[in-house]
Amino acid sequence: MAAVLGTLGVNFLMFLRFFFPRALYEPKTQFKIGYPSDFGFGVDTKFQNAHRIWVVRNTEGIFVIIAICTHLGCTPDWKPSENRFKCPCHGSGYDPEGINFEGPAPRPMDRAHVELDPDGQIAVDMSHAYSWPKGERSQFGDPGAILRV
Amino acid sequence: MPETNGHNGQPPAGGANSGGDGNGGGGKLANVIAGAKAVHAKAHEELKETLKAPEKTDVWKSVLRVKHDETPRSRALGVLSNVFLHLHPAKINRDAVAYKYTWGMGGMTFYVYITLVFTGTLLMFYYHPSKVVAFRDILYLENDVPFGKLLRNMHRWGAHLMVIMVELHMFRVFLTGSYKKPREFNWVVGVLLLVLTLLLSFTGYLLPDDQLGFWAVTVGTNMARATPLLGHAGPFGPQLGMTPFNDVRFGLLGGSIVDSNALLRAYIWHCVAIPIIASLFMIVHFWRVRKDGGISGPAPVQLEREMKEPRKL
Repeated sequence: MAAVLGTLGVNFLMFLRFFFPRALYEPKTQFKIGYPSDFGFGVDTKFQNAHRIWVVRNTEGIFVIIAICTHLGCTPDWKPSENRFKCPCHGSGYDPEGINFEGPAPRPMDRAHVELDPDGQIAVDMSHAYSWPKGERSQFGDPGAILRV
Repeated sequence: MPETNGHNGQPPAGGANSGGDGNGGGGKLANVIAGAKAVHAKAHEELKETLKAPEKTDVWKSVLRVKHDETPRSRALGVLSNVFLHLHPAKINRDAVAYKYTWGMGGMTFYVYITLVFTGTLLMFYYHPSKVVAFRDILYLENDVPFGKLLRNMHRWGAHLMVIMVELHMFRVFLTGSYKKPREFNWVVGVLLLVLTLLLSFTGYLLPDDQLGFWAVTVGTNMARATPLLGHAGPFGPQLGMTPFNDVRFGLLGGSIVDSNALLRAYIWHCVAIPIIASLFMIVHFWRVRKDGGISGPAPVQLEREMKEPRKL
């Protein structure tokens, strides 16, 4: 009896493990987006389709917002005329720096790690994200969260 | 090879009837014709008999097994011993199926489910669950496949209807108190069937691979991030080592984003796994309706004209 149950149990664990693949064929999370001089002030949406990011330059420097709404993961739209990001799913609104100010979003949109490559291009690493959880310290000033150029 | 067809170097014997052998020439031909006529007459006779009394043929007896009379016993047995009808009780109280009481919602839900299985199976003939062609196949079904638009819309509206009917059925059962003893277990089975119906609806949502379905499933599976213990953003999830690459959402999607693996998984859950599980629960559900004493209903009414005179001693 114990042997039968054990076998069934192990088989069930194998069945569960089967649903978790080891290798994934998903978009790259590390890539280059060009030189700092390519980006003027404001929000640049040209990498939204390819990499799901926006490149933003303000007076402090250049940073990369990951275009995932912090509510339930849709891609917000950049509305230049309203100077804000607006999520089409449930109406969360973000200012041009990705800070939430309306709707159900619980925190600002995450930012990707950025650094200058030896060839002078901006290298982005989306797997290394910086966030600002509600009521906690902002990681947006951490080294790597913004290129002060 | 067995020599049953006469190919042994001699010309084949010329008679359909086995009696005509070796008379030669015209006599042989006459024999053949006479034999054919006899067979024809016999077939004609048998056909007449079959049409007159089909219930006496071997085919009839083989399929239906027993004779059916117009007696209450025979009619009850006809239901009890029939594979398709035996889910129904042999006899029920007249008042138990009053539509104003049951609304017929359970039966209609099952009917809609059968319709969905049928139209869904037909849709599977044209739909490929692959990121490249899934949406193209939907456009193809909508615009070019004969009756494809009708089938797709029957499936879509039927799905909406099934959810509505399941809920109305549940509402009726609740209002009439039919979840009470001895039907508690069947209520629980019904709740599981409600969940399975919603899961069927949800997994079918992604399959067209359009903007609506894609973002709906993005939102829906992102809720799984917040699952306690099993989600990487849920309570105690990170403490148990959950990340976007090993939590319950990852297992549902087959990846960290809604992509080709997620589409294929939704397809298999939608077309194979959940229908089988739901069908098993439906079997138990219907069976328990009978075992728990039939459809619940108000106390049986006896009409005055049906009352017998009290027996005098």
